[in-house]
Amino acid sequence: MDEAPIYARLTEIFHDVFDEDSIRVTPVLSAHDVDGWDSLTHIRLILTVEKAFKIKFTTSEIGKLENVGDLVALIKTRASRSTLGILPAPLENSR
Amino acid sequence: MNSLYSELQWLPRPKPDFSESLKALAASDDSLGPEMRALASYALDLNQLTKLGKAVSKARKEGKSLDPLVPLRLAVLSNSTIDMTLPALVASAARHGIALEVIQPSYDQIAQEALTPGSTVNSSNPDAVLLAMDYRALPLKLSLGNAEAASATVQGALGYLQTLRNGIKANSNAVCIFQSFAPPPESLFGSLDRALPGTLRYLLDEINRELAAMIRASGDVLFDVAFLAETVGLAEWHNPQLWNLGKFAFSDELIPLYGDHLARILAAIRGKSRKVLVLDLDNTIWGGVIGDDGLEGIKIAQGDARGEAHLAVQRLALDLASRGIVLAISSKNTDEVAREPFLKHPEMLLRLDHIAVFQANWNDKASNLKAIAEELSLGIDSLVLLDDNPVERGLVRKLLPQVAVPELPEDPAYYARTLAAAGYFEAVAFVDEDLKRAGFYQDNARRADLLKQMSGVDAYLESLEMTITFLPFDGPGRARITQLINKSNQYNLTTRRYTEPEVEEAEHDPNVFTLQVRLADTFGDNGMISVVICRPGEPEVWEIDTWLMSCRVLGRKVEHMVLREILQHARSAGIRKLKGVYRPTDRNKLVVDHYAKLGFTKVAEEESGLTFWELLVEGAYPESAPMKLVSQGFAAAAERVPA
Repeated sequence: MDEAPIYARLTEIFHDVFDEDSIRVTPVLSAHDVDGWDSLTHIRLILTVEKAFKIKFTTSEIGKLENVGDLVALIKTRASRSTLGILPAPLENSR
Repeated sequence: MNSLYSELQWLPRPKPDFSESLKALAASDDSLGPEMRALASYALDLNQLTKLGKAVSKARKEGKSLDPLVPLRLAVLSNSTIDMTLPALVASAARHGIALEVIQPSYDQIAQEALTPGSTVNSSNPDAVLLAMDYRALPLKLSLGNAEAASATVQGALGYLQTLRNGIKANSNAVCIFQSFAPPPESLFGSLDRALPGTLRYLLDEINRELAAMIRASGDVLFDVAFLAETVGLAEWHNPQLWNLGKFAFSDELIPLYGDHLARILAAIRGKSRKVLVLDLDNTIWGGVIGDDGLEGIKIAQGDARGEAHLAVQRLALDLASRGIVLAISSKNTDEVAREPFLKHPEMLLRLDHIAVFQANWNDKASNLKAIAEELSLGIDSLVLLDDNPVERGLVRKLLPQVAVPELPEDPAYYARTLAAAGYFEAVAFVDEDLKRAGFYQDNARRADLLKQMSGVDAYLESLEMTITFLPFDGPGRARITQLINKSNQYNLTTRRYTEPEVEEAEHDPNVFTLQVRLADTFGDNGMISVVICRPGEPEVWEIDTWLMSCRVLGRKVEHMVLREILQHARSAGIRKLKGVYRPTDRNKLVVDHYAKLGFTKVAEEESGLTFWELLVEGAYPESAPMKLVSQGFAAAAERVPA
């Protein structure tokens, strides 16, 4: 699966969750780099990603994430197992 | 998950440019209140609510005006992580007309916060305290099959809640909002759990019932979270992964729903709930179009699936009327044609005498809704419009954003449920006046008819055979006094809002003069219609802190009689001067000349429109009105009961 559309979608999600359009989503991006990325916002981020990609992470998977690269790898594994469409609808209509 | 509830489907979907609109708004200096409320009135998801809530809080902290949103300071005590819920709650409150400020002490410090006089919560001077506790906050021990031990556990839990309440009351005097406890879906025996003393389900059932009884007796407020959780499903409500990860008491997907429900309660405390249900006719309360299909063609029969769906709407409307919600009709129709089913159709539940205002004509709905509000002397923001036509709904939302207009699904089978799910008529108390209210408005329509026939106003007033009754604040009147203080907008000189504990405080303070006024006439009892609070100012001066009146009794010279009564008591108390103030809001233009008409002298005026008035007690004898007067419950010397 191509990573580019995943990054594109994650960029939208990051801008929405952190309410900051200047965030550049790269594989090495981590909590140290973003203002307001605390443990609570992390959970809100993960929940938003789950909803957008129509996947569910396990508790231990969520605990192991170190940076965006890990997250993308996890989305790829999950999405390939998922019977749902690989690419979800755009954010505003995903509800 | 049932999307009606989890996605707040009675609200319109947000526009794609939500984030941009919010940013533009946050940067502007215009009046933010109406715009924030407009943005909040969509079905926002958690991230959108979070952004909006933060924007509202930021504006408040920067001292920007959020008028006409009504301020309320809420302290939240919780045994779970509520940080993610709070911004969403602020945004949901804006949807219901409240500018919410949240006080949040450290995590899981419930007892310390409630019981320590100078704690964060108690020292923040909150209007209300929410005990956002779930079952894991209670000292519960299973005692399977042991009724005695189960009862002790229930009493222990109730005692704990009571102790918290007493602490909050003693230290901050705020209104307490308790949550009922949603049981987890994991059962031990299965169905037996409900019946067997000492299981978790049994204990929580008992605690919820006793908590409800305690609240009814104390005047605190219940947020029935157990019912909310059951409505969406306990397995959807409780999310073990989120509890383990971050101690979230319920699923993140239900935060928007939780926020909206709590916001309704806060709005009800502030008297901002809706009061009138305006119904469309064709394809809303019956199937088909009366003008085309005729009396025989429209669908309202029992046994017809579509007809029963519309009957369910009628039944809900009727039940709402029975608890005091006023019903009105707004329909694009010819008047006689529209009335025909009400008069002649045997299956109709709604009849003309259930309807306070009947507007069937070809004007646009926005004008008709304005006319309905005027006829009832209620604000536009008291109205809810139920209409199957998306074009009409869109038009009304655009022209009259203050009117609540629920989205409706395609299938009329879900109309009644959707209207109920929207919770427009949330109430925190139910008093006798509520029961009588629908009748008041119909009586008013008849009084207005009578007025048209009479030659002079005085003759009309005479013919009403009114009896006015004055009492000081007392226990039986307290709930209604509080309700009036919090919902009167138009005939209200100062629009000061007080909670029930504050009203009680005034009641017991010997230096404060209080007045509750009732009015009866030949058409019936209007109940309590006016409230006055005078506080001591300089020596021998009373400052009129609060003077409000129900608009139902406008034009009856009640205010003259009230002033006469105040003067009577002022004289016995040795008061020389009354001081009044008019504080303008966007709703109380009606009383800008109140004091002038009563003979007060204007002594000062501020640029904001604030005016100050005085009246010397000596020599002040305002005109009387033709009504019988009863004054009781005051110091014996001042009592007057007609022979």
